[in-house]
Amino acid sequence: MMTVLSDALTIAGKDLRSEFKTKQTISMMAIFAALVILVFSFAFDPTNNAVKAVIPGLVWVITVFAGILGLNRSFTSEQENDCLTGLRSGPIDAASIYLGKVLANFTIVTIVQLISIPVLFVLFNYRFTGSLLWFVLIILAGTLGFIIVGTFLSALSANAKNSEMLLPVLLLPLLSPLMIAAVQATRIALENENIENAIAWLQLMSAYDLLFFAACLLLFEFIMEGS
Amino acid sequence: MIKIKNSGPIDRILFYILVPAMFINLYLIFIWSPVERMMGEVQKIFYFHVGTAWVAFLAFFVVGVFSVLTLIKPKMERFIYAGISAEIGVLFTTLALTTGMVWGRASWNTWWTWEPRLITTLILWFIYVAYLFVRKMDGSWEKIAKLSSVFGIIGVINVPIVFMATRWWNTKLHPVVFGEGKDQTGGGMEPEMLATMFFSLFTITILYVFLLRKGAQIEKMREVIKKAKNNVINKIAS
Repeated sequence: MMTVLSDALTIAGKDLRSEFKTKQTISMMAIFAALVILVFSFAFDPTNNAVKAVIPGLVWVITVFAGILGLNRSFTSEQENDCLTGLRSGPIDAASIYLGKVLANFTIVTIVQLISIPVLFVLFNYRFTGSLLWFVLIILAGTLGFIIVGTFLSALSANAKNSEMLLPVLLLPLLSPLMIAAVQATRIALENENIENAIAWLQLMSAYDLLFFAACLLLFEFIMEGS
Repeated sequence: MIKIKNSGPIDRILFYILVPAMFINLYLIFIWSPVERMMGEVQKIFYFHVGTAWVAFLAFFVVGVFSVLTLIKPKMERFIYAGISAEIGVLFTTLALTTGMVWGRASWNTWWTWEPRLITTLILWFIYVAYLFVRKMDGSWEKIAKLSSVFGIIGVINVPIVFMATRWWNTKLHPVVFGEGKDQTGGGMEPEMLATMFFSLFTITILYVFLLRKGAQIEKMREVIKKAKNNVINKIAS
């Protein structure tokens, strides 16, 4: 068990180091997130007060759209020079490859969120009045679920020639329950409503995270064998 | 060389049940069962709607079962059954959605409403299509069998969660036909209507099983032809 974890940390460290060397994916994702915000500001007039209602949804739209960009690269970048074969033939469990990738992607997407969510609030002139602790907790739970399923499907779709197109088609329907819960919980946290309502949604998100984490961890071996 | 049987005794039995059942079903629906007081003739679509929706979910469950079996022991036959079930599932989910829309237009005066069962069915449709996309990947069938089975299992896990999430989201509108729910005592169907509905469910389920077997046979024939073609090509090339 400990070796699985330490191997996972090694792989995550490798991914993050190579990412921080070029910073290409992170900057690309952040710019893309900003562009999505820009497009939405044309779609919904930010000076209109009613626009406050779409902020919780926008938080997740930019997370998912920018996240998919990063997830696309997660496994296809390993295909250059047959790195994936190297990973597979190494004396490591398939579970630790998955775990390591999840950790790396989660870190990257969280960094992008740290940039893009404040940008969203600033550009939409949104004053944050909710409870910060709950907001962060909800964002983390939602992002974790998104990364758990996203990393798994990114490995799956990396086998296809058109993996960039395949990933969103596979990912978005599976994310729908998580997104419903995440948007509702974020709305409650932002509007400073009774936080107990958000807890039910948070529980649903945690259940989703745990269930899919267990399923993906078990099934990841088959993807690695298959590719 | 795989031996294919065109149609075994089971297929013949299914066929001879299916054809009369279809006609009896139509008779029951359009002539025997009473016309609904509020909605009139439109209500007849309900019998097809319930049947197709039920088969849509059943077919996806079958995909899940065959996916698990494929992962336990990869066999061509299991892989084929999972795929055919998904293809029929897409068809029936589409039917359930369209009949549901017609029903919704007549009953709630709107084509679409964001209600748990509708959303779940729509997302089911998307997962089905995504599953078929995974199967269309190129590569050896063993590889695709593994990948698609993995996706099938994840998809089956997802469907009940979608239903739960959307149910929490908002729950209104859909008539609860079998007595349950808070203050609804069920739709209060006439016994004739209930009998017709169950017969319709039975007929459409038989249709699904028949289509599943036929589809699998056709797919196996395709495999045989593919192998024969490859043999010929190899022979000519050498």
